[in-house]
This record gives sequence, structure tokens and C-alpha cells, in this order.
Amino acid sequence: MDFFDRFAIPHPSPVIYASMVAIGLTVIAIIAGLTYFKKWGYLWREWLTTVDHKRIGIMYLISALLMLFRGGVDAIMLRAQLATPEAKLLDAQHYNEIFSTHGVVMILFMAMPFIMALMNFVVPLQIGARDVAFPRLNALSFWLFFMGAMLFNISFVIGGSPDAGWTSYFPLAGNEFSESVGTNYYMIAIQIAGIGTLMTGINFMTTILKMRTPGMTLMKMPMFTWSSLVANVIIVFAFPVLTVALALGTMDRLFGTHFFTTDAGGLDMLWANLFWVWGHPEVYILILPSFGIFSEIISTFAKRNLYGYKSMVWSMVVIAGYSFLVWAHHFFTMGQGALTNSIFSITTMAIAVPTGVKIFNWLFTLYKGKIEITTPMLYAIHFIPLFTIGGVTGVMLAMSAADYQYHNTMFLVAHFHNVIIPGVVYAMLAGLTYYWPKMFGFMLNERIGKWTVWLLSIGFLLAFMPMYITGLDGQARRMYTYSESTGYGPWNMASFIGAGIMAIGFALIVYNIYYSIRYASRDIGSDPWDARTLEWATHTPVPEYNFAISPQVASIEPFWDSKKKGQELFKGSYEKIHMPNNSGIPFIMGCIFFAWGFSFVFGIWVPLILTTIGIFVCMALRSFEIDHGHYISVDEIEETETKLRGAN
Amino acid sequence: MRFKWSILAIVFTVITVLSGCDRLLVLDPKGPQAKTQADDIIMTIWIMAFIVLVVFALLVYMLVKYRASKQSKDYEPPHIEGSKLVEAICIGVPIIIVTFLSIMSVKSNYEVEATPKGYENQKPLVVYASSSDWKWHFSYPEENIETVNYLYIPADRPIEFKLYSYGPITSFWIPQLGGQKYAMSDMVTTLHLAADEPGEFMGRNANFSGKGFAENTFDVKAMSQAEYDEWVQEVKETAKPLSEKKFDQLLEPGHLGRSTYNGTHLKFSPPPSAENGGHEHNSTKADKEDMNHADHENMEHEDMNMDDMNE
Repeated sequence: MDFFDRFAIPHPSPVIYASMVAIGLTVIAIIAGLTYFKKWGYLWREWLTTVDHKRIGIMYLISALLMLFRGGVDAIMLRAQLATPEAKLLDAQHYNEIFSTHGVVMILFMAMPFIMALMNFVVPLQIGARDVAFPRLNALSFWLFFMGAMLFNISFVIGGSPDAGWTSYFPLAGNEFSESVGTNYYMIAIQIAGIGTLMTGINFMTTILKMRTPGMTLMKMPMFTWSSLVANVIIVFAFPVLTVALALGTMDRLFGTHFFTTDAGGLDMLWANLFWVWGHPEVYILILPSFGIFSEIISTFAKRNLYGYKSMVWSMVVIAGYSFLVWAHHFFTMGQGALTNSIFSITTMAIAVPTGVKIFNWLFTLYKGKIEITTPMLYAIHFIPLFTIGGVTGVMLAMSAADYQYHNTMFLVAHFHNVIIPGVVYAMLAGLTYYWPKMFGFMLNERIGKWTVWLLSIGFLLAFMPMYITGLDGQARRMYTYSESTGYGPWNMASFIGAGIMAIGFALIVYNIYYSIRYASRDIGSDPWDARTLEWATHTPVPEYNFAISPQVASIEPFWDSKKKGQELFKGSYEKIHMPNNSGIPFIMGCIFFAWGFSFVFGIWVPLILTTIGIFVCMALRSFEIDHGHYISVDEIEETETKLRGAN
Repeated sequence: MRFKWSILAIVFTVITVLSGCDRLLVLDPKGPQAKTQADDIIMTIWIMAFIVLVVFALLVYMLVKYRASKQSKDYEPPHIEGSKLVEAICIGVPIIIVTFLSIMSVKSNYEVEATPKGYENQKPLVVYASSSDWKWHFSYPEENIETVNYLYIPADRPIEFKLYSYGPITSFWIPQLGGQKYAMSDMVTTLHLAADEPGEFMGRNANFSGKGFAENTFDVKAMSQAEYDEWVQEVKETAKPLSEKKFDQLLEPGHLGRSTYNGTHLKFSPPPSAENGGHEHNSTKADKEDMNHADHENMEHEDMNMDDMNE
């Protein structure tokens, strides 16, 4: 029995037992449902083995939404515990586990896949490509991310969740102070997902640089593609640092090394440095594609070309460069001295300049426009002022001397939620609403959509503005309780109510999806928003090969010009199209990685060795496999095109 | 109409923060370091409020003026590439603001990292503040006494805290006297503070350090030099000596109330030597002299491995 003891939850509670039952029942229900409806074959052929960027994008999207709700439930529990002074809803250990998983889930398993979802679905369409450069690698990226996320999530019911914060600072996260396997899950689950992200970075960088349709020079790329390119370049440079940091942390925890320990020459500050050398660029990996989405949406609904295209591009490139030069502002208080702090203070504030350029460019895009307020546009309009508040508080935090007072307080918590929620979450929800018709062939309900935006914004202000105040009043972050005499009570209650309103907003999104599936019109054509870029030039639903004929591009907004100036996009006749074959190897490899990670977390060495061999066998199989893909014949293309044209 | 809510909320927040100046701890400074920081904070709030207002005004103007419902059906928005002048302003003005803030920031950095303004001529009181799960130990090497979870200091005199940790990274913070600094297990950091007047303050560990983090607080009392001397004398006469065994007990994870001891742990459990892990970050000449009049004979042999690593 000793062997199984390690899988027990070290600090159980009724909620955790209830979740175990719920997870068990859900798994049984899914398996039973698939068997009953005879969908196993469909699932395997159409989804698990797919290498189609559009389907992979949709799978990312579903995972991101699931994780949004997992992280959201965490958030509600945290706010509920803090709503009143000395509440007994959660104890310290549970609170610590919940805020740690809230952070990891929201950043790495919600925001990242959400970005990947839109990038996967949109970028190849925007550049007129038929798929990404390495379709099978793309599938592997997804499955590694997915298995990493699942591995991280089962920590909740098997062995215990990480409890050292999403930053997992050593020595707190070391064996000495964190005895459960929680931090092992952190190290290994993020490692697996991170390798997937790194592959995505390489894949999309190559795709965007090499697979653009004829005529699309770099400076004619749509803004979302530009932002994706820059974000992927950052991924390629930043993620290896995370890989190394996690590997060192894993060795400290499982093999007794002393990279970050308190004794034997370990350097706890080294973890903090490595973490943020990755962590700060990571923030820009999230925010730049979000900027790209907003650029597309604002330009579409202002019915105008994006103002200052060149300065938009350059500001992103400059931001990408700066993102690697500011990491120490996450720990001004480590005692580096006035000179180091001054340098990092200045580089940090300098980022405000290119970011400001972008905000003004969006504003000037509205100038002389013909602004139509749709749901995606409403997100964008709320994003600008809310994000500006987040941005300027960022400049306040960049004043390193003053940061000695903001650091580790609710002020900081308010700031980063104030950039990530209006910046990233709004962008993703706006992108979801905007691209939904292209993905699924019907639109989400506008009325419910607008209610959602308003509820989110009002809830957001109510939840996070009070934190600026309690932060300045000395409320440290990550405190599971506080005494009544501090006077934080009413502010935290306001936050809790705000969080509740936001929860209603998020629930409305799900309701909207349900409502629109049932009632929305399917007769929307291929360009329901009257948009400007290539992804709207192909049919809805998008055929497997995206474009029957590669479009010819002569401007930044080729589709708009084809509509307004009659420029011809598709010249020439159909030719047979070369497409990649589906493959089960990425999914199988993902499953093996899951088993590998699980064995690693618990230090069960025999399965670890076997799964390691399994991973290499999969790679060898791929190396020696002869797979030239397949061709879609001209007849087949004609048939599909006629059918789709008829549908529109 | 649509923006009324967000604008109201913002104005409300700014007003609350500003009118709460005499209430919020950070904006109610009782020492020169906290004063510098509070001044910076207030100044940036105003500048930032101005920027936010400009963005708001532009946004509202654009939305009111260029709504589709306000225009004729056949209006076609023009194609505008961008204007060099407008872009120069959009880059130039932020650069001016950022330059101004940078100068302020650098100036304040050197202020908070030095002996507090107005106290340069006084010899600072050196206090070693070390954290263990989840307590603070304050050692007064000059007086040769030690306290747990409470800190008495003379007002009107610079205090030089030497911070380190017996465990996870913690952050030493007395909001009304000045901002925080990390205490770590492998190096000593220095924090300069001073209290302008007698008073009682809240102090805490601000950096998450595990289960007992929320209650990881300490009481601070600043008093006149005479009162302080009296207290030291009383401790010397009444407090029990701090033995190595007793100190090991104190280090056990948990929460303790306040306690007081004769003698410090610095002799048998010296702080990590080679100030700042041998990196000599912000150790000025003055710092080193201070190190000398503290009780450091025993620390000579203790040459952290970090020095070896640096070679």
C-alpha cells in the first residue's frame, strides 16, 4: 500500500473529494457517450489525428475556454475567502494552492492556448496559405500543450497542487519548504506544455516568413499576422530560458542538486532571474497578438484602414526588443542597488512610448471613420480606456523607488489584472466573437454579446479598482486572511461582488454559444462583418485547402480592395493541391508524454524509462516514415467550390 | 452615455485615492524614505491621470463624432496613411514625460538607497532583521539584545537594517517608514529607514513564504532616544540570555508572540557573510565600517561558497 500512499492528497477537503467524484463521472459520461453514439471513429479520424490548422485551432479554443472556467472558479474562491475579514472558507494551504494554480492556469493554460487558437485558425488564412509550415509538428504542439494542461490539472486530485505561487520562487518551492509533489507537477507539466509552445514558435515563424501568398511582402502583412510573427520570435528566444529553469528546478527537487537551495551554494535569486527573463517576454507574447486582434477589429468596424501601419509594426518590434531588457523590475527590492534599479526603471518606462504610439494609432483609426458598434468593437472600445489605466499604473510601478511600496501588494495585483484582462482576455473574447462565423458558420448573438462586455467591464472595475487602494493601504498579495482592524474588509467585499459580476459575464458567453447554436441564422455568407483581409475572402465553412487558388495580393487590405476597387484576387485556373496526411503519432506521443510526466512527478522510475524510450520510438518512426502527403484533384476542388459557392 | 460608467469609476477612484492621502498607509509617511516614495506616487498619479484623461477625451470625441449612425449612408471613410507630424507628437510627448519620470526615478533611487535625508550626520543604529518561518528576529548588536516579532527604534535617528532569512525569501516592510526589501538566506541586504517622530507602525513580511505568511507581521514602535535607552537598559536587566538552543527552538516553523533576549544570535548563528553574497552591490564604505563595529569576529571564518563560485 505504501506505493499508493504517494498519490493521496496531503491536505484533503470535502471540495476536493467532490471534485474527484465529478471528474470521475465526467470521464465515464464522455466514454459512455462516445460509445453510445458510435463517435470514436469520428473523433479519431477528424480530430485526434488531424493536422489541419483550423481544427487544431478549434481544439485550442475549446481547451482555452475550459481552462478559463477552471481558473475562474479558482478566482471566485479566492475572492470569496477574502470578501470578509478572518473568513474560514479556505485555510491557508488551500488558499495557497488555489492562487498558485489560478496564476498558472490563467497564463499558461488559458491565455496561451487562446492566442494559439486564434493564431492557428487565422494566420494561415490571413497570409493565403494552405496550412502551416510543419502541420504534423503543429498537431504535436497542441497535444503537448493539452497533455501538459491535463497533467497540471490532475494535481488537484492526485498528490496535491503546487502551493508556491505561479512564480514558484525557490527556496519556498524547494523540497525543504514544499514537501508535496505539487511543485513537481508545476515543473513537469509546464515543461511539457512549454516544449509544445516552443515548437509552435518555430512553426509559425517559418510559416509567416516562408508561406505568404504571392505579392504579400512583409510590409503588406495584416496586423494580426505581424503581431503573431513578433510574438513567435519572442517565444523562440524566451521559452528556452524557461525550459532550462524548469529543468534545473526539477533536478533540485528530484535529483538532489543545489541550483536554488539555501545550502551548498544554491542561489535562490537565480530562479527569480531566470523565471522573469522568460516571464516578462511572456507577457508580450500574450499582449502583442492581442494588439493584433484589436487592430483588425478596430480597422474593420471603423471602416477605415489602420492608421500608421508602419509605426504599428515598428512599435511592436521595439516592444519585443525591450521585453528582454526589463526583467529585473519584477524584483527591484532584491537589493541590486540604485544603479541597477535605475537602468531597469528607465528601460521599463521606455516601453510606454511604443505602447502609447499604438493606443494613439487606434484612436486615429477611428478618426473620420464610420464606426459601427458590434460586440467585437465594443470589446475594443472598452479595451482602450481600461488598458490605458493598466498601462499608466505600469509606469507608476516602473518608478523603482516607489515600487518598494507597491511591490508584493494588491496594487501590483490590480495592475497586472488591469493589463491582462482588458488587454488579453478582451482581445481573445473579441477575436472569438469576430472569427466565430468563419469557424462555425453562424454568428454569436449580438445582444447577449454586448451584455457580456458591459457586465465584464463593470465587474472588472468593481473587482480591481479597490485593490489599488488596499495595496496603498498595505494589503500584501497572497494573504489568505486579514484582521478587521486593517479596514480592508469593504474594499475586498466590493472586489468579491465585482468578481461575481464578471462570472455572470463569462457564464453569458456559454449561454450565448448555446443560444446561437440553436437560433442563429446559418445564412451569413462568407464575409458577415464586411471585413478587409484575406481570411474573409474564402468560403465559410473554410474548405480543407483554404484557397482553391492562391490569392494575388497588391496591398495591405487586398480583400477590401477587391470589393471596392474590383482588383482580382484569384487569377488562373484550378490545379491539384498538395495537402499533408493525418497522423496519429502526435496524439500518441502526447499520451506517452502524459505518462512520462506523471511518472516523473512521482519519481516512479521504471515507467519513466519506458515512456522515455516510447517518445524516442515515436520520433524515430517519424524520421523513417515515407509520407509525401496527398493531392486533391482538380475535379474534387471543382466539386467542393461549386457546393460552397452554392451554399453562399 | 456608454462611457459614463467607466469615466465615473475612474474619477471616483482617483478622488478616493487622493482624498484618502491622510489615511492610506503608504500615503501617510512618517519618515523621509516613505516621504520620498509617497511624493513620487502622488506626482505620478497626477501625471498619469492627465494621460488617461487625454486618451478618454480623444476616444469619446472619436466615438461621438464618427459613429456610423451620425453619418450619411453613402459616406466612405477616406484612406489615411498617417502623418509625420502627428506621429512625431505621439512619440515626442511620451518621450518627454518618460524622460522626466526617469530623472525623478533615478534621483529617488539614490535617495532611498542612502542614509535618509536630514540624518546624514548621525551615526545610524544598526539592526539585524532576520526572518524565519513565520517570525522576525531583531538583533541589536550595539546593545547586545534581541527581540522577536517586535521592533523598538529611536525616532529621529537613521536606522540601518541588515536583512537576511532563515528560509524562504521574505520582504521586510514597514509601509509608513519606507518601502520593502528582500531578506534572503544567502546574502545580507541593507535597508535605510528613519522615523521622524515617535509612533506605532505596522510591519510585515510582504513576500509570500508559505502557510503562515498572512500572520507574518511585527509591531514597530518609534520612541525618543531617552525612552529607547531606558528600554534597552530594562531589557538588559530583566531579559533571559539567548542561548543557541533557545534560538534553534525559535527557528522552528510556527507563530510566536513577542519575546525579548539578552545577547544576540549573531555570535553563534552569524548572518551570511560577504555582504550581498560577495557581489558588493550597494555596500558603500560606510556600510563596511558599520559591519566592523558590529560583532563580527566569529564571522571571519564563514566565507560563503558564493565567493568560491565567483572566482
